[in-house]
Amino acid sequence: MSDHDKDVDAHSGTETTGHEWDGIKELNTPLPRWWLITWYVTIAWAVVYMILMPAIPALPGLGTNTPGVRGHSDRVNVAASMDTLRTARQVDAVKLVDASLQEIETDRDLQQFAMAMGESAFGDNCATCHGAGGRGAKGYPVLADDVWLWDGTLDGIEYTLRHGIRHSEDPETRFSEMPAYGQMAMLDRHQINDVVEYVISLSHEEFDAEAAARGAETFEIQCTSCHGVDAKGMRDLGAPNLTDADWLYGGEREDIYATVFNARNSHMPAWDDRLDDATIKALAVYVHSLGGGE
Amino acid sequence: MTAIASPPARSNTSILTVGGLLAAVFLWSLYTVSQTTDIIMNVHAWIFVLMTGIGLAGLLIWGGSVQDKNIFDQTKYEDTIVKFGVAVSMFWGLVGFLVGIVIALQLTWPNLFYFSELGWTNFGRLRPLHTSAVIFAFGGNVLIATSFYVVQRTCRTRLAGGMWPWFVFWGYQLFILIAASGYVLGVTQSKEYAEPEWYADLWLTIVWVAYLLVFLGTIWKRKEPHIYVANWFYLSFIVTIAMLHIVNNLSMPVSWTGTRSYSIYSGVQDALTQWWYGHNAVGFFLTTGFLAIMYYFIPKRADRPVYSYRLSIVHFWSLIFIYIWAGPHHLHYTALPQWAQTLGMTFSVMLWMPSWGGMINGVMTLSGAWDKLRTDPVIRMMIVSLAFYGMSTFEGPLMSVRAVNALSHYTEWGIGHVHSGALGWVGFISFGALYCLTPWLWKRPGLYSIRLVEWHFWIATIGILFYMISMWFAGIMEGLMWRAYNEYGFLEYAFVETVEAKHISYIIRMLGGLMYFAGAGIMAYNLVRTALGHRAAQSDNLSVASQPSAAPAPAE
Repeated sequence: MSDHDKDVDAHSGTETTGHEWDGIKELNTPLPRWWLITWYVTIAWAVVYMILMPAIPALPGLGTNTPGVRGHSDRVNVAASMDTLRTARQVDAVKLVDASLQEIETDRDLQQFAMAMGESAFGDNCATCHGAGGRGAKGYPVLADDVWLWDGTLDGIEYTLRHGIRHSEDPETRFSEMPAYGQMAMLDRHQINDVVEYVISLSHEEFDAEAAARGAETFEIQCTSCHGVDAKGMRDLGAPNLTDADWLYGGEREDIYATVFNARNSHMPAWDDRLDDATIKALAVYVHSLGGGE
Repeated sequence: MTAIASPPARSNTSILTVGGLLAAVFLWSLYTVSQTTDIIMNVHAWIFVLMTGIGLAGLLIWGGSVQDKNIFDQTKYEDTIVKFGVAVSMFWGLVGFLVGIVIALQLTWPNLFYFSELGWTNFGRLRPLHTSAVIFAFGGNVLIATSFYVVQRTCRTRLAGGMWPWFVFWGYQLFILIAASGYVLGVTQSKEYAEPEWYADLWLTIVWVAYLLVFLGTIWKRKEPHIYVANWFYLSFIVTIAMLHIVNNLSMPVSWTGTRSYSIYSGVQDALTQWWYGHNAVGFFLTTGFLAIMYYFIPKRADRPVYSYRLSIVHFWSLIFIYIWAGPHHLHYTALPQWAQTLGMTFSVMLWMPSWGGMINGVMTLSGAWDKLRTDPVIRMMIVSLAFYGMSTFEGPLMSVRAVNALSHYTEWGIGHVHSGALGWVGFISFGALYCLTPWLWKRPGLYSIRLVEWHFWIATIGILFYMISMWFAGIMEGLMWRAYNEYGFLEYAFVETVEAKHISYIIRMLGGLMYFAGAGIMAYNLVRTALGHRAAQSDNLSVASQPSAAPAPAE
């Protein structure tokens, strides 16, 4: 060291600041030039951006913020792009409203448009319960098979969409009500067990024949008016076929017992007021195409 | 020796004042227990009664036994508290990482890891448990422990306040206990990273003000002419967190004996205050706090001078001035006025170089000792943490640009960004500090095994890469899927399809987290063996020479 007042780091040849804390010293290296220049560039960019875009609030003499040289506004832009989208969709949407469902299905262009619109609307509104692609779940009917509780035709699906099922605010809603035999004490537990055994016997290999025979009598009195003498259900009442392998609420003994004891009577909302005509028609065409449309 | 032996009367004062505070809280909690009809408040008030009661009893018994002794010997550093800090940091770290793996599993296989009969295991309750455990319990304890260690060494004086540092330490643990049990019991004020309710917030405020006073008091009585840069960073962290915590948590309790409160903010003001808080919790808890750790432990471990004093001044002041304005970038394209979005974005971009100043200063401190990257995995861990710091402080300004944010916001990219900072930067610099502190505090010649540090380093680093890359992939993919329109002008994908598409990424992310946790487990083992004074076979410790020991010299 040539200068007694200065402490120079041997490796870098840079002076330290002369202080030391617990053995730690600091070099007096100047700011890295590339660092400083890059920082200045970001500051300059920020200033330019603030001049171009809405930025500074509450300047004296200016009621609101500086609007920016470009006069950019998110609100205006969102409204404009929504308009553009609406206009683009409108051309075909009008055709959807005018055409009958059957015409839509047979017109190739219109059908493709309806499918695109329906798929999108289904994902946003229906998939929550019915699952992606209408795969269904326990308590939520599969829409991709040919088992229909109410009506699987184009017009029937549209009706269900518009008015819902057991949607009390719509007088035209599809409606039926299975009694809660256990809760309402219409049948006792033994009788319910027997009826369940009978229902089991219609679609299962193994069952208690004696109990099923007892249950058959109860079934004839209590259940046939909706589910039919052959237990194959009635579309007009949304009463399901009890002889197949398809069970909305599960086909095990305990599931069926719970159904008879408590009843199910689930709901689907009416979409008439929530979605426009074109969307509902597109949804009908889409759901009809999923696999089991009649 | 210029040591000043404090008059015993002063020691007693701090015991009496801590005791008085504990007694007041004890009585209030007892009153709450007697009045409350809220079952959770009842549980929490009992916890307060129990913990303050234990504290009071401890003070009475212990305070009586040491009456005539110079218990706060000013010629010695207060290191016992730092030892406790190292232990609880490791503990909370493991807990926090483990809960992270659990919620990663819940996201990956929601059907397998959903227990409807155990409401407290719901993702919505475990998620804040994870974030608070890693940020506040692990990170917070690392910060308190290291700040107490560093401020004493660099001021060459014992911690100020006698009994008060102990109050800060245990009071903070009590806050963690209340917060964590509250999350699983369903107590929340629904503010991200500020979920605890009003009574926990009040308690933390008391603890934090005590922390600030202890830290300031120690700096006040320092025996060095200047304040070391690490202490500027610690102080900015403590002061700003106090401000953020108080402002964001202003609320009116429904009842003084109930858990629920209502924020004084609503609507977009609430959102902006929340993200002013949330963003600066990242800035002043997870950035300046851990930069303070970096500024002490890297030069100390590398035995090299800090690269540039001037850079530390300029980047310190620019960082804290600019950071505080950047919060609105969390609310791009929302009801927040566009001018505020502009300012949030431009300040974030201007923040890039001030953030990098810390990285440059840390990495360049190694010049003249680059070989230590090869020989000392602890140094390597801290330098790699700076690399992750540099990466995420570049990624942050990038994501704050509105056009980029339009794609990245609400996607997994954000999760990946946060974790490259949290796992890479905050985690690794903390691990580095704990690896340094354990042999120094327990006065061991070195770590139990350097080879285990190598294992920890590589497993955790690969784990972080798994995490980051899978989340970049998932985030950009879902961002693109969300905005995809088909030729007819309708959305191409339903939301649930974008969730399904992330499944593989979720599995990889979970594996990354598992690796990170495994690394931390190896570390905990290594630290316990070190503290116990064990040494692995010589071959494991070839680089023992590069494990510098601390100067245990008392303050003189």
